[in-house]
Amino acid sequence: MLVAVLTYVGYGVLTLFGYLRDFMRQWKIEKCQNATERAEQKDFVPLYQDFENFYNRNLYTRIRDSWNRPICSVPGAKVDMMERVSHDYNWTFTYTGRVIKDIINMGSYNYLGFAQKAGTCQEAAAEVLSQYGAGVCSTRQEMGNLDKHEELEELVARFLGVESAMAYGMGFATNSMNIPALVGKGCLILSDELNHASLVLGARLSGATIRIFKHNNMQSLEKLLKDAIVHGQPRTRRPWKKILILVEGIYSMEGSIVRLPEVIALKKKYKSYLYLDEAHSIGALGPSGRGVVEYFGLSPEDVDVMMGTFTKSFGAAGGYIGGKKELIDYLRTYSHSAVYATSLSPPVVEQVITSMKCIMGEDGTTVGKARVQQLAENTRYFRRRLKEMGFIIYGNEDSPVVPLMLYMPAKIGNFTTTCHVLKIGLFVFSFYLYVKCIYVLKRS
Amino acid sequence: MAAAGMGQQWVLVEMVQAFYEAPAYHLILEGILILWIIRLLFSKTYKLQERSDLTPKEKEELIEEWQPEPLVPPVPKDHPALNYNIVSGPPTHIITVNGKECINFASFNFLGLLDNEKVKSAAQASLKKYGVGTCGPRGFYGTFDVHLELEERLAKFMRTEEAIIYSYGFATIASAIPAYSKRGDIVFVDEAACFAIQKGLQASRSNIKLFKHNDMADLERLLKEQETEDQKNPRKARVTRRFIVVEGLYMNTGDVCPLPELIKLKYKYKVRIFLEESLSFGVLGEHGRGITEHFGINIDDIDLISANMENSLASIGGFCCGRSFIIDHQRLSGQGYCFSASLPPLLAAAAIEALNIMEDNPDIFQTLRAKCERIHKALQGISGLKVVGESFSPALHLQLEESCGSREDDVKLLKRVVDYCMDSGIALTQARYLEKEEKCLPPPSIRVVITVEQTEQELDKAASLLKEAVQSVLN
Repeated sequence: MLVAVLTYVGYGVLTLFGYLRDFMRQWKIEKCQNATERAEQKDFVPLYQDFENFYNRNLYTRIRDSWNRPICSVPGAKVDMMERVSHDYNWTFTYTGRVIKDIINMGSYNYLGFAQKAGTCQEAAAEVLSQYGAGVCSTRQEMGNLDKHEELEELVARFLGVESAMAYGMGFATNSMNIPALVGKGCLILSDELNHASLVLGARLSGATIRIFKHNNMQSLEKLLKDAIVHGQPRTRRPWKKILILVEGIYSMEGSIVRLPEVIALKKKYKSYLYLDEAHSIGALGPSGRGVVEYFGLSPEDVDVMMGTFTKSFGAAGGYIGGKKELIDYLRTYSHSAVYATSLSPPVVEQVITSMKCIMGEDGTTVGKARVQQLAENTRYFRRRLKEMGFIIYGNEDSPVVPLMLYMPAKIGNFTTTCHVLKIGLFVFSFYLYVKCIYVLKRS
Repeated sequence: MAAAGMGQQWVLVEMVQAFYEAPAYHLILEGILILWIIRLLFSKTYKLQERSDLTPKEKEELIEEWQPEPLVPPVPKDHPALNYNIVSGPPTHIITVNGKECINFASFNFLGLLDNEKVKSAAQASLKKYGVGTCGPRGFYGTFDVHLELEERLAKFMRTEEAIIYSYGFATIASAIPAYSKRGDIVFVDEAACFAIQKGLQASRSNIKLFKHNDMADLERLLKEQETEDQKNPRKARVTRRFIVVEGLYMNTGDVCPLPELIKLKYKYKVRIFLEESLSFGVLGEHGRGITEHFGINIDDIDLISANMENSLASIGGFCCGRSFIIDHQRLSGQGYCFSASLPPLLAAAAIEALNIMEDNPDIFQTLRAKCERIHKALQGISGLKVVGESFSPALHLQLEESCGSREDDVKLLKRVVDYCMDSGIALTQARYLEKEEKCLPPPSIRVVITVEQTEQELDKAASLLKEAVQSVLN
């Protein structure tokens, strides 16, 4: 209770100071450091509303140095950061040229440590780079479908245990370009409260009706499903064409894991379709890294659309969707990404292929399996120790995303600077008042 | 304290007195009102929608009866977009498509940088230093020094204050537009704008006004109409932002936008211009700086230039450049920037090296233009096909002069032409569109892409082969 009050007081004080500073800037008492509009365009309609930028000018800029920290090495367990200083309270930065070495990396999403600068993955990627080049210069449907892409898709389908899969160049775009292809007007999307921006954007672009259910709350979801089927579309009362439930495997903000068995039971009972976004959970959950479906011991056939990204556990870039053959054939024909966007770059594809084979054990070693187990152990150990030390932690016990609550806005800047000095790299969400640590596999 | 108590009591006495002195109808009216309020407070609330008098059993039946559509409709096996061409090996000048070696006239590798050795070695060096992926968005340990270097280089090359890079070409303009234009703002966009622009506009929820392709008179008419609207409601007009979105070199039609006239309209009607230069970056202009250099326009007159690095720079990703006042906003509001992992460093290093090559060899742009003119001339006069695009545009369209009747038949006919050419060693492709999603669907066409690596013999061979193909297919 006290904490909540103090947090609000903290924000209130910051807002008041913000107004004061704005006032001083307007009356030229304080110099305005913001970039401004061109003189020739001063009589145009202003590009930004004053209030939109209030947060940016007064709150964000004070502690701007906590974000966008440039690094200059592999995002592995330890990372080198470029030192930067600001002489005018974070309005501009200059790089001193020095490099701070060996910061413990708790901010990169490198769950299994496959982002490496040496080793089998890197060598294979180098080989493919010299053979194929870096770019592709065409879309999948025109001249951009390389044999490497076909190999990758067949491997992803085998990894997930589904009939077929398709890969795309960007994880964000996978959601925002494929959800509109699957649902449209007259369909209903039931989306979790804390879904990622890409899922929200995809749902909005599709034109379907969106209803939000409380985070991981099965009663809320069931109520929405019942109401939807019984009452149909609003005003016209026509039955819905289809209902799609959007959930994520691990939620990157909360660190919680979706209640998959209950969601699947509900989906079967009410004949709806399930879209599972495993951006964080693929490779990180489950005894052999197959994701949240394996973690709960369920069959991948129960999930209609299994989506995930290669950025986190595989150390590459891009996204995929897996499912039944009809679904993937449809997406090959009608997905926005297949028609208008460039396909994956070949060395990136090779990195995914090599790391996936390593996790599956197809490269002949047990390195992949060992890494998955190590991640699980590290996660449990870290969470246990933080709890013992008295920190407040959210999220599921097995989730490698650990949100540590700070609450007071004033502490945010201080905490990150102190951690920086102690050589720990974390990142902070001032909007949600979190400090988030993502526990990376320690390989040494 | 006592005085306040006394004051309170005094007010109470006054109230009781007023009560006795009030007329009867007044008291009755007030009494009725109070009773009505009490009734409303205690009556059961009802939601307008849930006027359901359905029993739980009926609800169960409804749930049982409801049958959803299948998640996806079945796709016929011979759908033209289903069977992809499989390219074995790199998609360079000589390309192996479906097992056959052909000369590549279909990949947007305008400057031939896809298999350039210097570019590849720069990417290799970066791979050895950073690995492949960045494992994080730009805000959280995903900013590498290569990204910062690439942004600086691009800003310097385009002679603007700042540049921002995205990890996917499509997402660049589709994230940039919604960052500035919100619900209630007005955007004037050309009919032939590409799909990425259309998706950006849809995400922004602004009012979209389409004007006929390259028709400045139509645009001026729309702007004048908007001006009269504004005069009716000047308060609203003062906060409604206005934008014009055009492309430098249009992907769908191969022609350029009349930029000088657009600048005049900009200052006359106080509208901002967003310019999409994916095809014209690295192609137009003496040094490849795009359409602003081509027309000799001051780059500060354009509010935002967006381009993707997947064509001339032969890498992956995209960038926006302009004044810091405009670009800096995207660092917090560009969805594809904040919520997505950053560009893999090897691709950024490849783009930097490609920029170096562009800066060191400015004569490749002239060479490319000469080749475009050559093939443009050679392709004129094929009976049955018409060439759509400017003579200096490296991405042309070949459309049927007379349609067969339906779009399906046209597509099938063009496929036969393309197959004939592929069998004889020239790799071509049809321009692909999502027929139901495009706002103004262009007619079916064959895409011809000219690159710097194609020799004059190959250009002539392609032209004569196309002539043969059309003759044999149409007769």
